[in-house]
Amino acid sequence: MMPDLGTYAAEVSLAYVVSLALIALLIGWVWARGRRMKRALDALETRLNRKQNGQV
Amino acid sequence: MIALLIRDLRLAFRAGGGFGLGLGFFLILAVLVPLGVGPDPQTLGLIAPGILWVGALLACLLSLDRMFALDHEDGSLDLLATAPIPLEGVVAIKALAHWLTTCLPLALVAPVLGILLNLPGPGYLWLVLSLLLGTPALSMIGAFGAALTVGLKRGGLLLSLLVLPLYVPTLVFGAQSVTRAAQGLDPLTPILLMSGITAGSLALLPFAAAFALRINLR
Amino acid sequence: MASLWEYANPVKFMQTSGWLMPVAAVLAAGMIAVGLVWGFFLTPDDFRQGSTVKIIFLHVPSALMAINAWAMMLVTSLIWLVRRHHVSALAAKAAAPIGATMTLIALITGAIWGQPMWGTWWAWDPRLTSFLILFLFYIGYIALWSAIEDPDTAADLTAVLCLVGSVFAVLSRYAALFWNQGLHQGASLSVAPGTRMDWSYKGPLYLCMVGFVMLFIALVLAGTRTEIRARRLRALLTRERAMG
Repeated sequence: MMPDLGTYAAEVSLAYVVSLALIALLIGWVWARGRRMKRALDALETRLNRKQNGQV
Repeated sequence: MIALLIRDLRLAFRAGGGFGLGLGFFLILAVLVPLGVGPDPQTLGLIAPGILWVGALLACLLSLDRMFALDHEDGSLDLLATAPIPLEGVVAIKALAHWLTTCLPLALVAPVLGILLNLPGPGYLWLVLSLLLGTPALSMIGAFGAALTVGLKRGGLLLSLLVLPLYVPTLVFGAQSVTRAAQGLDPLTPILLMSGITAGSLALLPFAAAFALRINLR
Repeated sequence: MASLWEYANPVKFMQTSGWLMPVAAVLAAGMIAVGLVWGFFLTPDDFRQGSTVKIIFLHVPSALMAINAWAMMLVTSLIWLVRRHHVSALAAKAAAPIGATMTLIALITGAIWGQPMWGTWWAWDPRLTSFLILFLFYIGYIALWSAIEDPDTAADLTAVLCLVGSVFAVLSRYAALFWNQGLHQGASLSVAPGTRMDWSYKGPLYLCMVGFVMLFIALVLAGTRTEIRARRLRALLTRERAMG
């Protein structure tokens, strides 16, 4: 399955591994931040709604 | 506006105004580099133009955060913003005061440090000339950076992070002109390009800096 | 015909990006996967560069996005300054870390590629130097965003920095060219005769380039959605505190 990369096998695989790792890291960071923010906002909105309904 | 310039100059020369700090820094850098690189005159002569330009640039950076910070703290910046003179003019005057108190002395002292670093003969004239023509851009860009970070508590480090990349073109052309002169080549092209950057910065950046100041004073 | 400015409305933007983001993400994943697998496993080695030519499928698309991300930030910053649409400023904020990562990938893959080809990890070549300087600009921009508390002030100041920075980034590019004529080859995809690439390289390269554009779109949309939520969260908290 693995192609013969010749003399430069180490360099080529290193480039792929590092780049894919960085992209994965970036996606993970964006995704985690999105999740955290969504959860925080949802929690606050339900709290505010409950507060409003309790007062009325 | 002239009154403002005189006031700024007087504040800088007063005790605690920080005048001379940049000069001292420049001197120390020119002493440290041979200590780090070794005393070989040929090597030193080769890197002297670059070291002197980088040193001048860093020395110029040192005093930038004081440009608006003190006036912001005691509230006189708000007064200046509502004064009849345009804020763009205030920014330009502040940059001019910074140039007169920090960069002009650097340019005049640079040849002496050039001797320490064994700068080749033809480089001296162009060193002074390139510093005189290039450092106004450094002061003006610095004024823009200082205007961006004026309200921040630890703005000093951020200021250098923002300003240093903007210094790149001036540094490249300025140091290139001295290097070329020192090697006996024609230094005119880089110095003209650098003067172009200086002229452009002086013409446009006061508006950007005044815009940033207005936002920060809002 | 719906106007582009409709998306300046956060609600409308959230609706549209809600379905557009997954579409772009799926497209990006598919195209990058196919492009990289094709490029990595199925392309022949170059007769001069050996297998290192396969790095191109990561290097060129990331370099492309590194520059285009800044261009997009410039446009959205201008829109924010002129028309005061919050979504625009937040999109610029969301794009910065993505552009910085792309610049980093382009630099790293370039260094790894340069090692066997030029015999050195790093050469002060104009293109490499310009990218390093671009990376510094990204860092400064991100640092300024995170240093200022008030979101509108931060948006204004970073927008001005982006405009001024763009001018100086271009100047730096030419300064670097002046300073050192480089080792870096010219554009690989030029139409000039004699420099044509074979389809076995062009195919995966184009796929990866479009895939990276899709990846960028998906990530910017996701990031902008997060920033819009963060803004709303902040507004609600302030209002709650004001009401006691």
